[in-house]
Amino acid sequence: MIRELILLFFIVIAGTGGELALSRAMKQIGEVHDFRPMSILRVMARAMTVGWMWLALLLMATGFFALLGMLSLENVSFVIPVSALSYFVGSLGGMLLLGEKVTPQRWLGVLLVCFGVTLVWMGKG
Amino acid sequence: MTSHRNLHVKTFVLIFFMVIFGPVGDVFLGKGMRQVGALNSWAPLDLFHFFFRAFTSGMVWAGILSLLAFFVSYTLVLTWADYSFVQPASSFAYVIVALLGHYALNETVSPLRWFGIAIICVGVLIVGQTPPRTTEVPAGQPSAHENPLPPGGRAAVPAQNLEQAG
Repeated sequence: MIRELILLFFIVIAGTGGELALSRAMKQIGEVHDFRPMSILRVMARAMTVGWMWLALLLMATGFFALLGMLSLENVSFVIPVSALSYFVGSLGGMLLLGEKVTPQRWLGVLLVCFGVTLVWMGKG
Repeated sequence: MTSHRNLHVKTFVLIFFMVIFGPVGDVFLGKGMRQVGALNSWAPLDLFHFFFRAFTSGMVWAGILSLLAFFVSYTLVLTWADYSFVQPASSFAYVIVALLGHYALNETVSPLRWFGIAIICVGVLIVGQTPPRTTEVPAGQPSAHENPLPPGGRAAVPAQNLEQAG
């Protein structure tokens, strides 16, 4: 069980942490106004020069491999509610680490999404 | 007012791309890899044949390109929108997956799953009514509310245009 808990920790924290780092990296790049292909390519190339981007890729890869590891130990029905939990952790991280203002209205929406995602997976069997 | 609308429109357009390209990419890649078949041995020659089959499959390439489009849309929208806005809003992909399954693949979607999908829709609708960006634009960066300024600090707009606008 300890092994599962460690993997669970990595799936949620590394996976969501990676996306938070990605968000931090892209805020550093600044708002995109020009959506022509060459301009988008330049934005992506610039993103690869930001340290947060590399941290994001490292954390997301860790989260992905932790998910693969967990799938080899437990069945999908155990693993998937974790993805519902990541919506909650993601908003909490956005608020605490990125300074986003998560209003009660947004929290309500996030909690409904968590609940809905859990129901969708429960209804899959 | 218009700039707020623009911000909303481009946020929703990119989230729309995410919820379409993400599931479509998963489906293509899944189908493509099943066509390629399982990797039975780690011998170098078998590995070479496996990757050769994978990278010559149109279905695998369609999956890779769709997922690339998903990732580019995701990174672009995060240049201005809150993560706590984009992440729950992109859960609309679950709705797309169920609708694709039901209408395109004739899969049976259980009532519990439809109920979950309805709850997700309500959640996304509620999140979607909050402002996409709640953090301040760092100094020196042009925001969606203004055009990028020239080095002089003022937008190069002819005086008569300003008068007409005023």
